[in-house]
Amino acid sequence: MAAIVSYGAYIPKMRMGPGTKNWPNKTQRAITNFDEDAVTMAVAAARECLRGFDKSKVDAVYLASTSLPYSEKQAASLVATAVDLRSDIFTADIAHSLRAGTQALRMALDGVRAGTFTNALVVVTDNRLGQPGSDLEREGGDAAVAFLIDGDAAALKVSSSHSIVNDILDVWRGDGDRMLRSSPEEHFRYEEGYLHAVTTCVSGMLSHTSQQIADFDKVVLYSPDARRRGEAVKRLGITPEQLVEPPAGLGSSGVAHAFLQLIHALETAGPSEKILLVNYGDGADALVLKTTEDLAAVRQDRRSVAAQAEKGVPIADYYDYLRWRDLGPATLNGHRVAAAPHAIYREQDEVIRFHGMRCTSCGMVQYPAQRVCVKCQVKDTNEPISMSQGGGTLFSYSMDYVAATPDVPLLHGVIDFEVGGRAMMMVTDRDLDAVKIGMPLELTFRKFSEADGISTYLWKAAPAR
Amino acid sequence: MESLRDKVAIVGMGCTKYGDHYDKTGEDLLVEACFEAFEDAGIDQHDIQAAWLGGGITGQNLSHALKLDFVPTTRVENWCATGSDTLRNAALAVAGGFYDVALVAGFVTKPDGHRHANGIYGGGPSGNWFFGEETSFAGPPAGTFATFATRYAHHYELTYDQLKEGLGAIAVKNYANGLLNPKAALHRKVDMKAYLEAPMISWPLGLHDCCVMPSGAAAAIITRADLAPKFRDDYILVRGIGMSVGTKQGRLDPDYDWVHFEENVIAGKTAYAMGGISDPLKEIDLACVHDAFTVVELAAYEDLGFAPRGEGGDYAKAGVFNRDGELSVNPNGGLKSFGHGVGSSGIHKAYEVYKQLQGKCGERQVKGTPTLGLTHDQGGYPGTYTTVITLLSTRD
Repeated sequence: MAAIVSYGAYIPKMRMGPGTKNWPNKTQRAITNFDEDAVTMAVAAARECLRGFDKSKVDAVYLASTSLPYSEKQAASLVATAVDLRSDIFTADIAHSLRAGTQALRMALDGVRAGTFTNALVVVTDNRLGQPGSDLEREGGDAAVAFLIDGDAAALKVSSSHSIVNDILDVWRGDGDRMLRSSPEEHFRYEEGYLHAVTTCVSGMLSHTSQQIADFDKVVLYSPDARRRGEAVKRLGITPEQLVEPPAGLGSSGVAHAFLQLIHALETAGPSEKILLVNYGDGADALVLKTTEDLAAVRQDRRSVAAQAEKGVPIADYYDYLRWRDLGPATLNGHRVAAAPHAIYREQDEVIRFHGMRCTSCGMVQYPAQRVCVKCQVKDTNEPISMSQGGGTLFSYSMDYVAATPDVPLLHGVIDFEVGGRAMMMVTDRDLDAVKIGMPLELTFRKFSEADGISTYLWKAAPAR
Repeated sequence: MESLRDKVAIVGMGCTKYGDHYDKTGEDLLVEACFEAFEDAGIDQHDIQAAWLGGGITGQNLSHALKLDFVPTTRVENWCATGSDTLRNAALAVAGGFYDVALVAGFVTKPDGHRHANGIYGGGPSGNWFFGEETSFAGPPAGTFATFATRYAHHYELTYDQLKEGLGAIAVKNYANGLLNPKAALHRKVDMKAYLEAPMISWPLGLHDCCVMPSGAAAAIITRADLAPKFRDDYILVRGIGMSVGTKQGRLDPDYDWVHFEENVIAGKTAYAMGGISDPLKEIDLACVHDAFTVVELAAYEDLGFAPRGEGGDYAKAGVFNRDGELSVNPNGGLKSFGHGVGSSGIHKAYEVYKQLQGKCGERQVKGTPTLGLTHDQGGYPGTYTTVITLLSTRD
């Protein structure tokens, strides 16, 4: 047996919509903050998914995305490290298609079902970057989700699946392109692409399994925008009662889009509900899922999609967004220095795993780890401790208006960690009016710089959500 | 352990004007400062038996500039405490009897597109310093010092306005002193209104809380105290030196209060014990302290015993540290307006104390007949510092 036992969703805090100056659209979408990307969202979703579970049992990570930072260089390995998983595990990136998420999920289920893995983690993340002014920019969204697959327990079973292939250039991103492109022939793009694939796939699945669309309690449907969603719903004969509506104001978050709706559905689903999930990209996947009694226990401890969707903060100006994405006027207000690969590698435990030390002699927690304990001054008493397993509080702070960051002022924090110890850290996702000494903080994995093709990451603090 | 008290004398000093100096190299600045010091001491560069340099990347920067033929020359780097530590290293060698006449020099120039040009070595992007933990603060130093100001206000329950009025008194005083100093980088009148209206740099620190970082050089000729009368009558004695280096306790340990600098306290105690000082506010006539940010000068008042804890701002507002106050602090304009010449700051601070003790400061001369002055250099950031405190006094 193999089934989903846990899930986690991450929606970035920032939005671009009617509250954004110079944004020429009526719609709203979620956008990553200046220091987020597909990798950092994946880490956030994975941490959410693993809360309350023993992460040392995870022995495979499948990372699905179309927007990973490297063309050659795995991202799943980075995510596994930042989540502080074991090193003797299987990791893979599943990329290049909007269907990457369903593909990864099926591979992970197969791996666990075959007994190859005890637990497998599937992380689905996308940071959709369309050309400024394009419909892809307008309709896109950024989000990540994660699922934990287990061989024994089940909160959500996957009972059958069906796929079709439809090789078509409707939306693509060539090797070396930063932004998505699409066919200007809109009728071709949607009629031969999205609508053709999802209807063919769903009717194929229904006839193969001798089911009717009416047999499903809920239907979760990937859609590029509201108009094509309405069209697909009509052609598939999905009733309003069955249809799971995506949370409003987030946009279509690529590979994560269908799964974000699935998690949204799980937030209100009872046991033994039958759910159809339809995903699209170079063809389509249809998955038949069934909830169990165990779903309620997982749900209790998760940040809901609904709550995260509500808590968005609009970016002040569309031009700020362009600057964040390096699409605006050239500015010196950004960090463009690459760390040396050997330094990134050497300091992986400190910077990516976010390990500090607990002194085995006096017990004091210190970050970063010291060769000689700052308190008892005994040498080499370093016992690693994960600094990200708890939050922290703000001991003091400043707001730096001349710092090298695209988002001034930079909030510098003096942080006292929940697990002990103190460090100075950047505080992101901040609401300047709400900053005060003693406020609770959480720790979040973020992008620091990009230069020479190297993306560097580190941990920051953020107001507790 | 022997005391350094009164074993070493300064017999000549020189200092350039501090400013942009876009037209000058480090060589130009060192030559100007050192030759002023030579003239003041009545010697030339051939009398120098050993030299120490703060700033640059090698002692050769000084050797080449002055043509100190084959004389041993050492470059010292210790962040913002470099200048005072350069003097300290030279003083130890002279006190030990290994050299009779030594040169102490420091300089800083605007970066010429080379990260070593300003004398600060940080390790570069691949080193632990810029990667790893230290990437946690990507901003310039103001951001870290401002966290100290924030916590100070919280700790002593000061409102933002109360905090800024105390810091503002420090800034206004140092600007006013700089106005009277022809060698200061800034000659600018800044009153409390202008201070409060200045652009924010790193909240709660604004533009006028931050020092100016110009180019410049300063130099001293030192000798053993018993040899000093051969050079001049009004030589200045090194009465005591205290140095303390933090090991990042404050950065790592949640028990640190973030409202004082322990390194200052310990270096002060060492210097005071050596110099026989029991009531610093009464006994010391003037002090040049490290005011890279106004809040650092505020901390120095309290750490060095010039003001009770939590009352540094009130003392500053009351004029205690003005030029005509009980203890004049930064009569040269301080790093605020004279300028922070990393590598040379400790030496230009000593230059001010030396000239004040000799009564040669004209318009900005502190009141009375000063006999004891203090310099304070502080390198680092809240949580870990290198502090060097030097007491300089008139003879007898």
